[in-house]
Amino acid sequence: MEVDRADGRTANQLRPLACSRNVLNRAHGSASWSQGDTKVLAAVYGPKAGTKKNENPEKACIEVIWRTKSGQNGKAEKEYEMILKRTLQSICVLTVYPNTTTSIIIQVVHDDGALLPCAVNAACAALTDAGIPLKHLAVAICCCVADGGYVMLDPTMLEEQNMKAFAYLVFPNATMCVLSDAATLVDGEPKEHGVITSVTHGAMAVDEYLLCLERGRAATAKLSDFLRRSLQSQVPSGQLESA
Amino acid sequence: MGLPDAAGDLSSEMEVDAFRRLFPLRFHERHLAESIRPDGRPVGGARDTSLALGAVGSSDGSALAKIGSTTMLAAVKMEVMTPLSESPEEGCIAIEFHMPPICSPLVRPGRPADAAPVVAKQLNDTIVSSGMINLKELSLVSGKAAWMAYLDIYCLDADGALFDAALLSAVAALSHLRIPQVSLNDDGRVVVVSEEGEEKIDREPVNKEKRKLNLTNIPFSLTCVLHKGYILADPTAEEESIMGTLVTVALDSSDQLVSLYKPGGPVLAHTSVLKDCVELTKKRTVELQKILAEAISDMDLE
Repeated sequence: MEVDRADGRTANQLRPLACSRNVLNRAHGSASWSQGDTKVLAAVYGPKAGTKKNENPEKACIEVIWRTKSGQNGKAEKEYEMILKRTLQSICVLTVYPNTTTSIIIQVVHDDGALLPCAVNAACAALTDAGIPLKHLAVAICCCVADGGYVMLDPTMLEEQNMKAFAYLVFPNATMCVLSDAATLVDGEPKEHGVITSVTHGAMAVDEYLLCLERGRAATAKLSDFLRRSLQSQVPSGQLESA
Repeated sequence: MGLPDAAGDLSSEMEVDAFRRLFPLRFHERHLAESIRPDGRPVGGARDTSLALGAVGSSDGSALAKIGSTTMLAAVKMEVMTPLSESPEEGCIAIEFHMPPICSPLVRPGRPADAAPVVAKQLNDTIVSSGMINLKELSLVSGKAAWMAYLDIYCLDADGALFDAALLSAVAALSHLRIPQVSLNDDGRVVVVSEEGEEKIDREPVNKEKRKLNLTNIPFSLTCVLHKGYILADPTAEEESIMGTLVTVALDSSDQLVSLYKPGGPVLAHTSVLKDCVELTKKRTVELQKILAEAISDMDLE
């Protein structure tokens, strides 16, 4: 189906991606991630000794601090902090450094739609940069449902507001594995098809949501390739040889 | 069952309560293997749900919802305001969710609960997404006066599935809502007509017919916990803390998906699991619609 988008993209086309690692001097790991005009800076400090109150001291604790572009943190930011914390908890290996806290600070540089997916991708790149042990990476995408029931990927702020519904989806990336493909299937589906996080706004039919899942998966496969490439290319060649 | 470590050997001779405290996950998995939950429910069954309308006399609409021991009190207070210049024909609704220290041992006095703003945001998103309230109905005089509805939800007992109970109480309070009668005085200002008010009979109320909101597409939700291929509907606080993967599905009366909310968690949700969650929610929605209809008809009889 032909769709008119203000910036001339096709329905399945993402905005230009950019990712750079190690952008902050003092942080243990940092990354900036941008999708079109949406840009997020993530910094990782830790693991630091001790966990916060009400956290399990037998596991590593993840703390997310969300900073808006300007102004005070409201309910939306609190929600983003909680979602991001739980999402990152599910990809980190929490048993390696028990009784420690790893802080992830997210600074929004500019918001032009798909903010939470952008922050998830930035946080993931920053965690990798800091060398925090991860089970796999997480890749996030925003799918948006238009009135005709067709799905558009990676909407801008204006598209997000005008469409009837949109979904933020986070998937695990495809891990490189020596096992055959069949051995890594979970319930007959590859692992990277499982949803880590899903947040929706607006009303849509259940079938439209399932279509979002399908399109989102296809797009995150590309995103995960991009993430992997940009993480590999920035390792200095000397480190690779000594490793 | 593969129980490799000491817990398997101990379980036969240990007190049940001690086992539950020491090996909470194993305790629950033992039950799940027998397709039952520790409180005697089937895996996909929700707890007993009750609803009472008009619990707060001083508010314009209120409801008390109980799902198991999770208790929510919702109340609506209406105030007249000047509508925003961008939307002169529309009123406004402000939703707050409170978790006082009485609701759970995890909430300490003086420090706000982490979950409260998240549930408030989720409620707001769901109620706005569903389009349940037509904000134009809250308008009194175009561009001059409109209703501001303050919807406050208090959690009295937090025993899991907070969002489901909060949404149920919010929806019930809004359907119980009676908008106060108002009239215009000589200066063109809006004044509330008191119910007994013999002294102000001369003024015609501006909203004589529009005393009740017309709610369409009422959303209902069900929270499920995912654990090793099991889908546990309507978890208690204990189940939520032990098995950390929550999925909340909200559907409206025309089976449109209003929210599918899964904030992380160790278990990945595959398409088939999500479809099962939606099916469970459809069944639950029918139950909740019946409970709400009964509560409303009980109220009308009185």
